[in-house]
Amino acid sequence: MREEIIVSGRNNPLIDPQLHIWHWEIPTYLFLGGLAAGLLFFAALYYLRGKESEYSTAVKIAPMLAPIALVLGLIALFLDLHHKLYFWRLYTTIKLESPMSWGAWTLMLVTPLSMLWCALHIKELFPKWDWKFDIIKDVLAFFEKQKIVLAWIMLISSAILGIYTGILFSAFNARPLWNTSILGPLFLASGLSAGSAITIWLSKNHDERKRFAQLDLMIIGVELFLIVHMFMGFLASSQVQIEAANLFLGGPYTAPFWIFVVILGMIVPAILEILELRKFKIPVVIPVVLVLFGSLMLRFIIAYAGQASRWLY
Amino acid sequence: MRYAMAIDTKKCVGCSDCVVACQTENDVPIGYCRDWVVEVMDGTYPQLEMEIRSERCNHCENSPCVRCCPTGASHYGEGGIVLVTENKCIGCSACITSCPYDARFVHPKGYVDKCTFCLHRVKKGLQPACVAVCPTKCMYFGDLDDPRSEVSEILKKRKHKTLIPEAGTKPQLYFLI
Ligand code: SF4
Ligand code: SF4
Repeated sequence: MREEIIVSGRNNPLIDPQLHIWHWEIPTYLFLGGLAAGLLFFAALYYLRGKESEYSTAVKIAPMLAPIALVLGLIALFLDLHHKLYFWRLYTTIKLESPMSWGAWTLMLVTPLSMLWCALHIKELFPKWDWKFDIIKDVLAFFEKQKIVLAWIMLISSAILGIYTGILFSAFNARPLWNTSILGPLFLASGLSAGSAITIWLSKNHDERKRFAQLDLMIIGVELFLIVHMFMGFLASSQVQIEAANLFLGGPYTAPFWIFVVILGMIVPAILEILELRKFKIPVVIPVVLVLFGSLMLRFIIAYAGQASRWLY
Repeated sequence: MRYAMAIDTKKCVGCSDCVVACQTENDVPIGYCRDWVVEVMDGTYPQLEMEIRSERCNHCENSPCVRCCPTGASHYGEGGIVLVTENKCIGCSACITSCPYDARFVHPKGYVDKCTFCLHRVKKGLQPACVAVCPTKCMYFGDLDDPRSEVSEILKKRKHKTLIPEAGTKPQLYFLI
């Protein structure tokens, strides 16, 4: 036995013997935030590229789910807080060094923006919709004229939101598994992938489905590339990061990560999408559900495994 | 002013008096602790070495817990002591996750709690409770900026280390070895 540690008089719940302070709430919140970011990003992107009528699901219909996802995500986050009555304190300070702070402020911008975007397009879904009050109609008419500005703000803020869902973890130097800048782009890609999956699902237009299936394939490729790089980085780093990577390379998180996230969440849907593009008949719901499932599992597994990784001393 | 603590691992016998003193002094709820004792057994039989350390928040000079707190509840107080303002804390646990020493916990009342170097006692000119009760007198507390303080003197004389210096947190808890 090289080293044995006995700790006495230490018994803080959820911390000993292994940190387990964040449960389902945080990964769920990050998944929903990433999904909303993906939906809003594509809506803004294809609106700005003038494809409003060609890709009407992406621009007008799919983003209707974004505010719902954001609100549910915020509820999950709220449930996670232990001192709930002081929730508003998040909005009495701006702390640029704290990812949680800028996440809170980004959501403060993105959530109303997503609602506004929905209000501008709600007639698409419900043709008989009537706002009843003139003032609402006037306000919406004003924003309708500013839609390009709105779309630009949405494009940028949704990208920030998507990256934030990963940076939230990667800013924690105390948890070696999270402490890699790859989580930002990886979670952004995973959010975009979830957003395009939803669009494929909702769309009835063949061209649009094809376009988003191609997009999703590309994004899955990027995700796999980032995952490989993440492990290369870990294995070339210090002992704590090598041990963090080993959680996924032979350790307790190996099977869930490779089976649920990589094989079922990325490789299988990618193969199904390729077959679909090659004109095989594949029920569209299968790859879509797998992508969403993989995206959710990615957050759960990284959240849990990260808390199992630690400095050694 | 820069408060720091030095703990003599050669003198500590692991009696946990410091833990009990802290729990009493600071009204730490049952089942929780702000400080604790670690016994590390190192080596291969028969060449074994044991180190006993009384550990607590390191009051890091570059503390990730202060950096990541979204509300400013975690902050540097007098002499660099890291503190939590109860009614600013939303209990998001970001600081717990960011501490490489696992020194913080969620108080049953919802806010996050941890060692304060007994600032309320220090302000009155007293020693932190753990230092005051230690039967082997293995702990030294004081101002590092004052070259004549007990802690500065002992750190000049003795070999010492900090925990996980490679995490870059600049701990202010020194262990004499
Ligand atoms: S030991 Fe942990 S809680 Fe204390 S100052 Fe350092 S990072 Fe913060
Ligand atoms: S739990 Fe409290 S002290 Fe810790 S980061 Fe959140 S608000 Fe700050």
